Amino acid sequence: MGCGSAKPTQHNQNHKLQLKKSMRSALLIQRWYRQYVARLEMRRRCTWNIFQSIEYAGQQDQIKLYNFFGFLMDHFTPASSERNLISHIFRENEVFQDVEWEPYFCYKSIEVPDTYAGPHLTFPLTVSNITELVEAFKHKEQLHARFVLQLLGETWRLLRVLPNITEVSTCHSKEITICGDLHGHLEDLLLVFYKNGLPSVETPYVFNGDFVDRGKDSIEILLILFAFQLVYPNDVHLNRGNHEDHIVNLRYGFTKEVLGKYRLHGKKILKLLQKIFSWLPLATVIDQKVLILHGGISDTTDLKLIAKLERNRYVSALRPPKCRQAVKSKGPGGQYSDGEGDRYSAAGRRRVRSLTHSNPATARHELQRRSLQAYSIRTSPNVEEELRERRRWAGLSASYERIHDPISSDSDPDSGEVLETDAEEWKQIVDMLWSDPMLQDGCIPNEVRGGGCYWGPDVTQEVLNRHNLCLLIRSHECKQDGYEFCHNRKVLTIFSASNYYEVGSNRGAYIRLGPDLNPHVVQYQASRSTRELTLRQSVGRTERSALRALREQLFAHKSDLISAFEEYDPEHTGVISMERWAVATETVLHLGLPWRVLRSQLVGCSTQEGMINYNDWFRELALMDPNKELAHTGLLETMYRHHSNLETIFRIIDTDHSGLISFEEFRQTWKLLSSHLKMEISDKAISDLALSIDFNKDGSIDINEFMEAFRLVDCSHAQILDSINEGLTPDLQQPTSPS
Amino acid sequence: STRYDLYRVLHAALCLFAICSEAIVSELHKRISSAFDVFDHESNHTVDVREIGTIIRSLGCFPTEAQLHDVIAEIEEEEPTGFIRFERFLPTMSRILLEHRFRPVPEDLLLQAFEVLDQQKRGHLDPEELTRYLTQEGEPFTQEEMEEMLSAAVDPDKNLIFYKDFVSVMTVDDPW
Repeated sequence: MGCGSAKPTQHNQNHKLQLKKSMRSALLIQRWYRQYVARLEMRRRCTWNIFQSIEYAGQQDQIKLYNFFGFLMDHFTPASSERNLISHIFRENEVFQDVEWEPYFCYKSIEVPDTYAGPHLTFPLTVSNITELVEAFKHKEQLHARFVLQLLGETWRLLRVLPNITEVSTCHSKEITICGDLHGHLEDLLLVFYKNGLPSVETPYVFNGDFVDRGKDSIEILLILFAFQLVYPNDVHLNRGNHEDHIVNLRYGFTKEVLGKYRLHGKKILKLLQKIFSWLPLATVIDQKVLILHGGISDTTDLKLIAKLERNRYVSALRPPKCRQAVKSKGPGGQYSDGEGDRYSAAGRRRVRSLTHSNPATARHELQRRSLQAYSIRTSPNVEEELRERRRWAGLSASYERIHDPISSDSDPDSGEVLETDAEEWKQIVDMLWSDPMLQDGCIPNEVRGGGCYWGPDVTQEVLNRHNLCLLIRSHECKQDGYEFCHNRKVLTIFSASNYYEVGSNRGAYIRLGPDLNPHVVQYQASRSTRELTLRQSVGRTERSALRALREQLFAHKSDLISAFEEYDPEHTGVISMERWAVATETVLHLGLPWRVLRSQLVGCSTQEGMINYNDWFRELALMDPNKELAHTGLLETMYRHHSNLETIFRIIDTDHSGLISFEEFRQTWKLLSSHLKMEISDKAISDLALSIDFNKDGSIDINEFMEAFRLVDCSHAQILDSINEGLTPDLQQPTSPS
Repeated sequence: STRYDLYRVLHAALCLFAICSEAIVSELHKRISSAFDVFDHESNHTVDVREIGTIIRSLGCFPTEAQLHDVIAEIEEEEPTGFIRFERFLPTMSRILLEHRFRPVPEDLLLQAFEVLDQQKRGHLDPEELTRYLTQEGEPFTQEEMEEMLSAAVDPDKNLIFYKDFVSVMTVDDPW
């Protein structure tokens, strides 16, 4: 009785106590761990914001730069040499026309040497050709230029008979696979093929744009996609993205990649690709219910209009369409002549099935158009005014003025009417390729990107209803999980380039869509080592990379930042408060980042009571990356800061892609940019700089060599800087120690 | 007891002083605003309610899930929209910070908690037993949370969790 019953009770009590303690312990551990994860999430989000804001600032820059050229075209006096330079740029970057076509792009004269060990393509392409191609690229081989040109030629012939909007059906219980942005990430494409199967009659695919730029295997991706499309034209569908655009390519790496891999024939390949990009279809519709396009929509999106326009006139979404007159054939058409193309495109248009053919909502279309005209009558009696309104609307202000360019456009009594339609069509295309969804209702210009708009859930609802659709699949934005639903699951963003910003930054994903039209998402991440990283490690890695990029930006704006800080520090104590530091930094950089949150990662040397010694801070930044020494003169610092813009300008000027520009071109370029930046630069300073950069001393500047000076890869470039410094006149030389 | 009262009064006075001190409050507001901004994707002073937990925790607080729900209930609209407005978040969060609510878990207590679970006092735990505790007791982890913790905590060679090392690594690590 005594011992027998007491022991179990004690046991029970101990047991209960243990349970209680273990529950409390579990609670404690959970509470602690969740806080830890939250802080990591905060860091990840900040890192993300950094990358995104730098990327979008770059895109905005790009568009502003091009608009700037347009503005200069209009406002410089006819006699000025700069005007000639710019008109030369605009004209030379136009795609070849008509008769010049065939001989220029003929591959037949290109010999393939016996030493070439890569794949040999035979046309018409076979399945074994493509498997050979994919295998070759897996082993980092390169396809010979002859086959590249041949393949591109065949692609062009196929694309120009395709309609603007491809219609696909999931009959025969076929599931369709949809991929988003690839951006030259070959490993991701191969990973998708591995997981999902190669494209074939049983495995149809839609690739939703942005195949090129940023990654290093853009051309290989294009060749693979085009090859599959040639072999399975009814089962592989491509949509144009905003990066399928030669102007964007100038900045984001595709142009450079092609010229680097194909030194002899790169220019031809690029010119042919310009044409091909303009012929890429703009959208795909599945079972008349699911709309797939690259960027998005706006409140004025009209698929009927889009189906009818001449998409090949929009060589770049950033520039107004080519004049209709220019498209007509002027001589005997060759194999690829535009004359033939034009006839085809007319035929192609007739073949386009109107999506809203039997749609009762057609009446609403008419209403839309009528109200636009009514608008124009109400507010602006002349077309020019109307155009300006639409420009503001579309967010590409100065560019629309290109239509009035007296140099390149033919005078045409009907030009008034043509221009009006052009502006509307242009806006449709820009909206499709550049827009992003937002959470609030409405539709506003997309100022972050510089083109297209932000559209809300109400617009999604309205546009989907108007066209009798149930889902919009788009890409264009990088998502951490590779995909994201929004607008009540009516909009699905799909992004297929994993590790886009940095190893471990995000997963990629693709969609499988069956006859039930229920999207099923599959995620992945390239590079084995990434999967094994813990959350902490992968966040840390991406974060370090983002912070490095951010420090570069900070250092590049050193002079402006110091001026801004000094405004808060009139007595030159060298010290300002954290808060003022944050405000000043945002004012100078305009990146919209949470500086206070980032402060602990960016500023190590804060003094007591939350003050920052900003000179110490810049010294600290310089030490973190030894290459910062290169920005030690005012002129060089400015060049460094704008090196992406500079490079883009150089590449635009170097219209024959020779990699060389003349002194005069360099001087004019720099003058243009400095007037744009509202800087005072003397001609002598520019000449001196140009002279000192001419390493070959032969009167021309090698673009790559010049840009290498600003590549932050290794210390040896500091030596280049020293020689530049030596070449400058004494008044330009500055002390090497940062101020 | 009078000494205790004196301390309480002094403490209250200091808190009052702190609350009245404009600079401190202003700095606090800026901190709160910065953290909020990180998740304000539309730049319209609202965040998704599901991010509130992350924001509060990133400001140095260690609430339980239940405490978090209470806070959210306080700052939600009368008819919940799925979004939290900054105007409602700021005063509540300021109070939380000034009152030092949801204090951190000190390292030694954390260690003790693991030791409680380690009934046989071996100095380590099996992934299975830790999983059992954390997914069944207290405020259970989701499978995803559990997997994430295991990926950081488990020694890959021995397939065990040496919790003492784990705790010290996790607490030293973070520069933020």
